[in-house]
Amino acid sequence: MTAALIASITIFALAVFLGFELIGRVPTLLHTPLMSGTNAISGIVLVGALLVAGTAETTLEEAIAFLAIVFATVNVVGGFLVTDRMLEMFKRQPEEREE
Amino acid sequence: MTGPLAVVSNEVVNLMYVVAAILFVVGIKRLSSPTTARSGNVLAAVGMVIAVVFTILLPEVAHYWLIAAGLAVGTVIGLVVARRVKMTAMPQMVAVFNGLGGGASVLVAVYEYRRLAPPDGALAGDILGAALFSALIGAITFSGSLVAFAKLQELMPGRPLTFVGQQALNGLLLAGGLAAGIGAGVAEETVWVYALVVVALALGVLFVLPIGGADMPVVIAFLNAFSGLSAVGAGFVLSNTALIIGGTLVGASGTFLTVIMSRAMNRSLANVLFGAFGAPAAVGPAEAASTDGKSYREVDAEDCAVMLAYASRVVIVPGYGLAVAQAQHNVRELADLLERRGVDVKYGIHPVAGRMPGHMNVLLAEANVPYPQLRDMEDINPELPRTDVALVIGANDVTNPAARENPESPLYGMPILNVDQAANVVVLKRSMSPGFAGIDNDLFYRPNTAMLFGDAKASVERLVAAVKAA
Repeated sequence: MTAALIASITIFALAVFLGFELIGRVPTLLHTPLMSGTNAISGIVLVGALLVAGTAETTLEEAIAFLAIVFATVNVVGGFLVTDRMLEMFKRQPEEREE
Repeated sequence: MTGPLAVVSNEVVNLMYVVAAILFVVGIKRLSSPTTARSGNVLAAVGMVIAVVFTILLPEVAHYWLIAAGLAVGTVIGLVVARRVKMTAMPQMVAVFNGLGGGASVLVAVYEYRRLAPPDGALAGDILGAALFSALIGAITFSGSLVAFAKLQELMPGRPLTFVGQQALNGLLLAGGLAAGIGAGVAEETVWVYALVVVALALGVLFVLPIGGADMPVVIAFLNAFSGLSAVGAGFVLSNTALIIGGTLVGASGTFLTVIMSRAMNRSLANVLFGAFGAPAAVGPAEAASTDGKSYREVDAEDCAVMLAYASRVVIVPGYGLAVAQAQHNVRELADLLERRGVDVKYGIHPVAGRMPGHMNVLLAEANVPYPQLRDMEDINPELPRTDVALVIGANDVTNPAARENPESPLYGMPILNVDQAANVVVLKRSMSPGFAGIDNDLFYRPNTAMLFGDAKASVERLVAAVKAA
């Protein structure tokens, strides 16, 4: 096992506990935004796609990298925007109704 | 190859990944309260921008035209979809996004395998394992999400699709996948990785096909967890902190929601995923026939409106039927009218109402229902015995008292909304047909229950008019 792998495993193990601690407190009301928001975060694989694009040499490799970037970008941009759209609805109502 | 924008060192970029990870964590933390949620989402997005920008500035990242084109195409698609999608279509949109995340992970994993496998390079065993894991999970996520999308979008039947020998075929495919994985690990030939991806794609399709519409909240949450895990796999391949932390947080959130959803249906995860609950076979003739000999009471909109207008506490129980009928705005109008008359109105929401976790809350929020009126099952159940009228709209199985009282019922043990304990219950329904699970609802035959038949939207409109006149 390389030192890099051990570091990766350490980070992963700690992140698992952190994730459950964080998410256990989210109320039902926010489950859908939580899901689409974290969904956008899973688009972090975009970073991987960019790294891959850096080393692409053949046309096939470039095609793979391009497709990966498009997929991940849709996931990131769409995910964050639609989450914002939903949360905006949760936020504005109490004020509107006080009028 | 060094790109012209290569202005930062690896160390700086790795530090910025930590900053991005911190922003993800703080963002998710803020997502746990309605007042801070929006800023939390923005923080997470800022983290993402930081991670992406600094990655592009790395010396080894070049091909800027390709990156720019990919980012531009993806951004435009993402923008248009996020703006246009209807709130009722959120589940299928999240499904597609999950699938794309999984798809990107597969591509990254396959690429890295191709690059690192001999003769170009020697694959370290651990990297190889991570790449194969990422390819497998990512491919299942990709095809499974597309099938979930097709079901939710009604491009194909939402009911469970089963065929003879399905389990055997799944087993065969799993064995094939393992064989391809071992082949890819031992022989280090790219063809094995392609074989693994093809098998995993088929597995993803077969895995979602037998799952019915009402079980979709579990499936979407499950695929969400998978998309996170596949990113973690890619993170192990690239030894990339941002991918590992980001992916793990998503994996945890998806797993957590999967467990909550299965619990809310009182079924094990294995039962949801492999049980094909709600298949036609589950509608036993005995249960369908049990309607005979029991009598129910019908009420018209005018009588119901009077009951509501002169009540002091009303609880509305919305189900997916309400969303299908697009009646959420009319329901809000009715609630507003009642509130103006001094009636205390709340919404009791079952955890699995809708097609994804928390979906009903979003649909009602879109209709401008203030979120403090939206109550979870645990909050509303103690209030139901003190409630004058419980108005059940488009919900069925989640109100069936048999889940509490009848050990023989397939629903027994499932946590339900105890609407039968309210002084009066009015059920808005098209007809006396049983619910999704094909199980007759005892609630309809209780002496304190009245049925208001018709399309949910039309019925609520009649109620609104009648309350105005009352």
